[in-house]
Amino acid sequence: MRYESQNIAKIYWYGALLIFAVQVVFGLIGGTIYVLPNLFPTDLLPFNVVRMIHTNALVVWLLLGFFGAAYFLIPEEAEREIHSPFLAYVQFAIFFFGALAAVAGYLFHIYADQARSYLEQPLWVKLGIIVAALIFLFNISMTVLQGRKTAITNVLLLGLWGVAIFFLFSLYNPANLSVDKMFWWYVVHLWVEGVWELVMASILAFIMLKMTGVDREVIEKWLYVIVATTLFTGVLGTGHHYYWIGAPGYWQWIGSVFSALEVVPFFGMVVFTFAMVWKGRRDHPNKAALLWSLGCSVLAFFGAGVWGFLHTLSSVNFYTHGTQVTAAHGHLAFYGAYVCVNLAIMSYAFPLLKNRAPYNQVLNMLSFWLITSGVVFMTVTLTFAGVLQTHLERVNGIPYMDVQDQLGFFYLLRLGAGAVTVVGVLLFIYSILVPREQEAIAPTSLTTAPAE
Amino acid sequence: MSEILTKSTARNIFYGGSAFFFAIFLALTAHSYLYMVNKSTDSAGLTDSVERGKRVWERNACFDCHTIYGEGARFAPEVGDVFKRWNGETDPAGAKQMIKDWMKSQPSGTPGRRQMPHFDLSDQQLDDLADFLAWASRTNTQGWPPRKSK
Repeated sequence: MRYESQNIAKIYWYGALLIFAVQVVFGLIGGTIYVLPNLFPTDLLPFNVVRMIHTNALVVWLLLGFFGAAYFLIPEEAEREIHSPFLAYVQFAIFFFGALAAVAGYLFHIYADQARSYLEQPLWVKLGIIVAALIFLFNISMTVLQGRKTAITNVLLLGLWGVAIFFLFSLYNPANLSVDKMFWWYVVHLWVEGVWELVMASILAFIMLKMTGVDREVIEKWLYVIVATTLFTGVLGTGHHYYWIGAPGYWQWIGSVFSALEVVPFFGMVVFTFAMVWKGRRDHPNKAALLWSLGCSVLAFFGAGVWGFLHTLSSVNFYTHGTQVTAAHGHLAFYGAYVCVNLAIMSYAFPLLKNRAPYNQVLNMLSFWLITSGVVFMTVTLTFAGVLQTHLERVNGIPYMDVQDQLGFFYLLRLGAGAVTVVGVLLFIYSILVPREQEAIAPTSLTTAPAE
Repeated sequence: MSEILTKSTARNIFYGGSAFFFAIFLALTAHSYLYMVNKSTDSAGLTDSVERGKRVWERNACFDCHTIYGEGARFAPEVGDVFKRWNGETDPAGAKQMIKDWMKSQPSGTPGRRQMPHFDLSDQQLDDLADFLAWASRTNTQGWPPRKSK
């Protein structure tokens, strides 16, 4: 760590990890309700409240993680301190308070009068988020403008500006349901299949730059190529959400073609991260951060790329739309792309911020395998459930609830996978927060190993 | 690659290409907006009651269990076509009454079956909600959802 203001990242990441824990615990509760639907009284804890906490907590902690990543990497890239650390803490206070108040409010059934999926926050929380975002953008833009401009900061800044601009569509909720849905995707799709990918790619590029020692020119060229393919495919790829909501039929062609190509940037990120690690040949001591980075590109490729392609063609989506196939894709895509990139930059940065060796990285790597096994298994079980549901309900015409009654086995397996995920998440948090004297398994020095 | 494509070329392709695709996207959504308002949805039938019904749907976070046009949570049945499934096309008053009765009778309490909460809605709110679901069922959704003919 070279700049004092990089420490701002710490508080963002502590907040992120706390909400991460809330997110997975409520995921576990939701999974339990699928298996034991009478366990919780519906007037106290109905499924819709559990789901909105699960999804909102996810989005909020990922954003906190992105903010933290920006405060950590921008000083090094711009070669100067953050413009105003004070404003950064004010921004955190507003955002974090809004997030906690929203989640706590949901428990008491307080949410927006005009709530929509992912956008259940009461209006004052939405406005708070916008104020926090404006403070953030001012702060980091000033830092970058007065410092060195690199491709990493250019792409990161563009991504974060996009996040804020598209969030403004959350305030527009027309009475016409079809129009409402079309612009709702301006927030949701253009975030996760657009500007968030810019943030992800720039964070990965930063980690590759630091860990592999490959020349900046090479890394930044890769970055521009990857994000170009992201937006070339992802923007018109929004069409895959416009097939059945009352939009014109041409979206079936446009959406199918462009969203099928959305796999390209994710494959590009796999090739990029592996090529850089290979090319760099540097033996960086922080193996955990490297594992999360490589894991991120691979799991994002499968979750967002392959599982997305699985049901994105309109002729397939006609049958799978709104089944558990969507849920399967959602879980692995969010995990691979955005959870992993956050945990990668945290694993890289925390030892530097705390001025210690990459401590607890054995436990950290164990948590990677636990969470990854959990989420992948969850995805596979939900895929089976979804394929069966598609066939029984959409092809054979059996009513929804009758089909759901036949899927119980898969929901039970999913619950088990969820429990493993929660254990992994708690282990990750422990490995980051709690210092230990030694690694759980002491590493042997590479130089003493006999050459083959 | 280093000779064919320099970093500044890659950057220019990124900015220029993204702006190009985004412009096309904006133009197509503008066209889709007009299509929705003029063709695929029942704009004339979008009454105050339908709008109030949509707010009831939103205020009670129905989409966090149900899907409508396939979007939302997958915990409970699709409702975009519930009005049609309950024969609202031939007997609108009957289908509307069924929706209202259904809402009032929840939760069922049946062991092992997913439970829908009891939403304390007034008669007016129930009417509005039913009107909203009736309106939604009239949208041209390109033939979705796939259903076997009865």
